[in-house]
Amino acid sequence: MAYSQKVVDKFEQTLKNPKKASVGRWKPGDKDFHRVGTGIVGAPACGDVMKLQIKCENIDGTNKIVDAKFKTYGCGSAIASSGELIDMLKGKTLEEAKNISNQEIVDILELPAIKIHCSVLAEEAIHRAIDDFKSRRNND
Amino acid sequence: MYLFGNYFSCYYFQNFDEMNTYYFDYASTTPVDLEVVNKMKDCMSIDGTFGNSGSRSHVYGWKAEELVEEARLNVANLINCDSREIIWTSGATESDNLAIKGAAYFYSNKGKHIITSKIEHKAVLDVCRQLESESYEVTYLEPNKDGVITPESVSKELREDTVLVSLMHINNEIGVINDIEKIGKIVKKNGSIFHVDAAQSAGKIPIDIQNLEVDLMSFSAHKIYGPKGIGALYVRRKPRVRLQPLFHGGGQERGIRAGTLPTHQIVGMGEAFKLAKEKIDEDYRNLSKYRDILWNGLKDMEEVYINGAIENSFPGIFNMSFNFVEGESLIMALKNIAVSSGSACTSASLEPSYVLRALGRKDELAHSSIRFSFGRFTKEEEVKETVKLVKDSVNRLREISPLWEMYQDGVDLDKIEWA
Repeated sequence: MAYSQKVVDKFEQTLKNPKKASVGRWKPGDKDFHRVGTGIVGAPACGDVMKLQIKCENIDGTNKIVDAKFKTYGCGSAIASSGELIDMLKGKTLEEAKNISNQEIVDILELPAIKIHCSVLAEEAIHRAIDDFKSRRNND
Repeated sequence: MYLFGNYFSCYYFQNFDEMNTYYFDYASTTPVDLEVVNKMKDCMSIDGTFGNSGSRSHVYGWKAEELVEEARLNVANLINCDSREIIWTSGATESDNLAIKGAAYFYSNKGKHIITSKIEHKAVLDVCRQLESESYEVTYLEPNKDGVITPESVSKELREDTVLVSLMHINNEIGVINDIEKIGKIVKKNGSIFHVDAAQSAGKIPIDIQNLEVDLMSFSAHKIYGPKGIGALYVRRKPRVRLQPLFHGGGQERGIRAGTLPTHQIVGMGEAFKLAKEKIDEDYRNLSKYRDILWNGLKDMEEVYINGAIENSFPGIFNMSFNFVEGESLIMALKNIAVSSGSACTSASLEPSYVLRALGRKDELAHSSIRFSFGRFTKEEEVKETVKLVKDSVNRLREISPLWEMYQDGVDLDKIEWA
């Protein structure tokens, strides 16, 4: 199975400079944690676990994603997919973020058919993160 | 080459990235030894020994036959059997098919029960599945936690109607060695046929058929620095073991395996086996050294596991799990090192390694496994460099891993309800 060069490049950038690739986390107790939404998908038994976090700010009446972080356990395509999605999120509103389709990730990374599920998992993770943020805003 | 710096080396080498690739996948296949290549080259073109060894009437055939028989003797000498007990096949897969189907069909009057193990190569497992669809009953033995199929477990399942037992000598994924001497005694006492897949062991650890109660043994050339596409099957003569052939045709190989003999392939296999007999001790010493360098360099890392007990393993195959790091991502990070993984992502079926699962390993450890296999052309510096690269890559991937993060936070991952 030949790897797509786009996946390899994204993967290597992430390993080389994780901070720049938005690897990291916010945890309960951090200063702005009330503005963070977290989505965790997958399972170790399946070989894929993605954790996506978004930090939002209310700008001109709408919640916008000002920062995002991720951590992924999975193959090169899974790491690249979640990293690619994170890059797309900054500056988007929650609605716009929800509308990002896994197909966009497939196209950018040139994922082969057998790896499409990695992009689907990433899309699911961002939906969970958005839902998590919204539910915690409601609890405020 | 580096004297002129990177600028020139890009022109000098066609593929700069191939410069520092290290091959640690000898269990998958091996490069053909140059001495073997040279012998094979003399058997192909018009100036060489291209004749059909089955041609009885002219010197082209006689010369080919002479080389075929010389090669046959080389294979026989490696395991100390009679030359007439070696049958040429297209590889260990065919040998396994011929042995298992051949014996099961021929001796079906004895019974239709077969014993094998859950961790055999697919060339054995898939044959057994096929026989199950032909109303044979198959018992698949579980290995113990060290990966060994114990003589006791075989003994327990032997029945009066057990026609055949098939077990591998060295496991290709984890390198564990089965005690075929003890097992053979038990199987033969029961009057069943004993087949051993020795694809990974021939030429690597000593095999003396005179001291083994084995009826059939499969061999592969390309695992021991011979060419791909040629193997052999040992078929015992005393007492005589009979097989129903898979191929029908010109009656070659005593009617057991029809087909014109590929002289160049056979000569290649013979030469590879001859070299293996000469180099077996030296090779083993080197492989032990490399395995020890690798394990000693990595054993102090947190949450690393060996798959298969090291005390009972062939040092040329070394399988490790690195918890919280997925195998395919580790292989991608080790981009210039050729290894294989038990991870689902690296298999066509998206299932994690059935061998590791049979050991009782949790799925995530199967997903995090890497098989390193060393060989005759491995260099010590490569192993040392690999230790560094593995450590660095595992640490980097753990920085990205949410599971490593949870582990460090003291979270019990087994208690989490994953969505």
